[in-house]
Amino acid sequence: MSRIAPEDAKRVAELARLRLDDAELPAMTAHLERILEYVDLLMEVDTRGVEPTAHAIPLATPTRKDEPTGELTPEQAIANAPAAEGTAFSVPKVFDDEAAG
Amino acid sequence: MTESFGSVGDLRSALDAGQTSSRGLIEHALERAGAVGERLSVFVDLQNDQALAAADAADARRAAGETHSPLDGIPLVIKDNIVQQGERASCASRILEGYVSPFDSTVVAKLRAAGAVVIGRANMDEFAMGSSTENSAYGPTLNPWDLERSPGGSSGGSAAAVAADIVPLALGSDTGGSIRQPAAFCGVVGMKPTYGRVSRYGLVAFASSLDQIGPIGRSAADCAVLLDAISGHDPQDSTSLPEPALTTASTLTGDISGLTIGLPREYFEAEGADPAVLETVRTAASALEAGGAKLVEVDLPHARYAVAAYYLIATAEASSNLARFDGVRYGRRAEGVANLKELYERTRSEGFGDEVKRRILLGTYVLSAGYYEAYYRKAQKIRTLLRRDFDAAFAGCDVLLTPTTPETAFRLGEKTEDPLTMYLSDIYTVSANLAGLPGVSLPCGLAEGLPVGLQVLGRPMEDATVLRVADAYQRLADHHLARPGDLA
Repeated sequence: MSRIAPEDAKRVAELARLRLDDAELPAMTAHLERILEYVDLLMEVDTRGVEPTAHAIPLATPTRKDEPTGELTPEQAIANAPAAEGTAFSVPKVFDDEAAG
Repeated sequence: MTESFGSVGDLRSALDAGQTSSRGLIEHALERAGAVGERLSVFVDLQNDQALAAADAADARRAAGETHSPLDGIPLVIKDNIVQQGERASCASRILEGYVSPFDSTVVAKLRAAGAVVIGRANMDEFAMGSSTENSAYGPTLNPWDLERSPGGSSGGSAAAVAADIVPLALGSDTGGSIRQPAAFCGVVGMKPTYGRVSRYGLVAFASSLDQIGPIGRSAADCAVLLDAISGHDPQDSTSLPEPALTTASTLTGDISGLTIGLPREYFEAEGADPAVLETVRTAASALEAGGAKLVEVDLPHARYAVAAYYLIATAEASSNLARFDGVRYGRRAEGVANLKELYERTRSEGFGDEVKRRILLGTYVLSAGYYEAYYRKAQKIRTLLRRDFDAAFAGCDVLLTPTTPETAFRLGEKTEDPLTMYLSDIYTVSANLAGLPGVSLPCGLAEGLPVGLQVLGRPMEDATVLRVADAYQRLADHHLARPGDLA
């Protein structure tokens, strides 16, 4: 039984903000299928009543005073930006011109 | 100067006695890095000028009687996913092209304070995703023992740098074995500390509940010195243990009398494990028994589920962590896009390599509606069962002894066609990350001319115990002194 079809892989790629072109799609889908087939091994384990573990060594979430401590300056924060205006990150429009009409 | 570096203790004695200078050590390391390092593709970046300046400062401190620590003036390399202020950090990915870190990771800040000298940044699998260092945008690192083989991964550059005697010490990171497996393949010592021992602040996140930074060196004693220097509570990392820095180096007595060593039955019966590797590890266990330890067999009934649980949890966390690479705030940005969504998609598709894309897709899939319970939640429950297995095993023994890997270093290209075969090379290492345990890999002999790794796992918090056992073994046997052939 196929666990993941090429159209599923494309949908997941869109959720992850990745583009799979038609040349990549078959191999990527096959790899994902093979991995999902392998992890089906877990289904033979009875986990009813077992609590999930998110962190191996549980710690209470530490808190601190809500005061600034040595954060980056705006100039430092912007220094790696591929595009910037002043101390703001610059990005393209959310909608392109046609869609915005 | 072509002779190899001695132990960190020997280097320090030579520095103290004026037989060498930090400048001499750093020049030697940089010369090896330029020659052997280049041939093996160990580095993504060398920091010659900064390292020489730091060496001169260390020599000046020594002359003034103000030496900072046992690592003052000692050269080391760090993995390319650990940031240094003012230096490039790429995680061996095209998507971080040109990124210069505006801050120091906590481990780098601690190393600076200790006077240790970083000479360069080591190659790795992109974003630490891989077991061979072949998933690097810079191309693979070669194994110093056989240039047609992989050094392991993802900290392959760090392990190869130590094995090729470029530096006596290196830092790696270990999410599912990424320190221990390359240490095993390269015939050096590599340790993953208890989760939370070493701050992750400034370590580019892959899977936050599994990632730990740790030391790589020639001996357990050298690794102890480096671990002591980088460990300790850090308020900048909310998962940092509320514990002071470790002082393990002074507790390596060589005494293992009365210690009980558990041999997990499932690890020695695993399908596909090389009989020569298992035999070499059994021989090492016998040596420890002769040295005063007691051997018992133990069971880890859920061991065979660890790799599947690991790849679900690690990829789920990765898909979330890597969402930050979007071409807006740093790194590479796709050109000529019409809108923001296209910017995200094209930047990420052009910037990430195939294995990173594969893991982001798998992680996104297992977290998506309809699959979350079946995959991600299931894996987290298996994680609970794996922890319970270890709790039960450690009720009857002090440490576990296992192979680090099911086989010795594989050939470059051998496992790149089928990602699952690559994942299965992590069968002995992923459990320690899922359970948060400290683990060390150390060389215990050769099989057909290639190093075999012996893994010692301990209870959470018992980092000193695993190092003590590793050090005791290195007093009983001298496999850690074996070197690859001439690389010059």
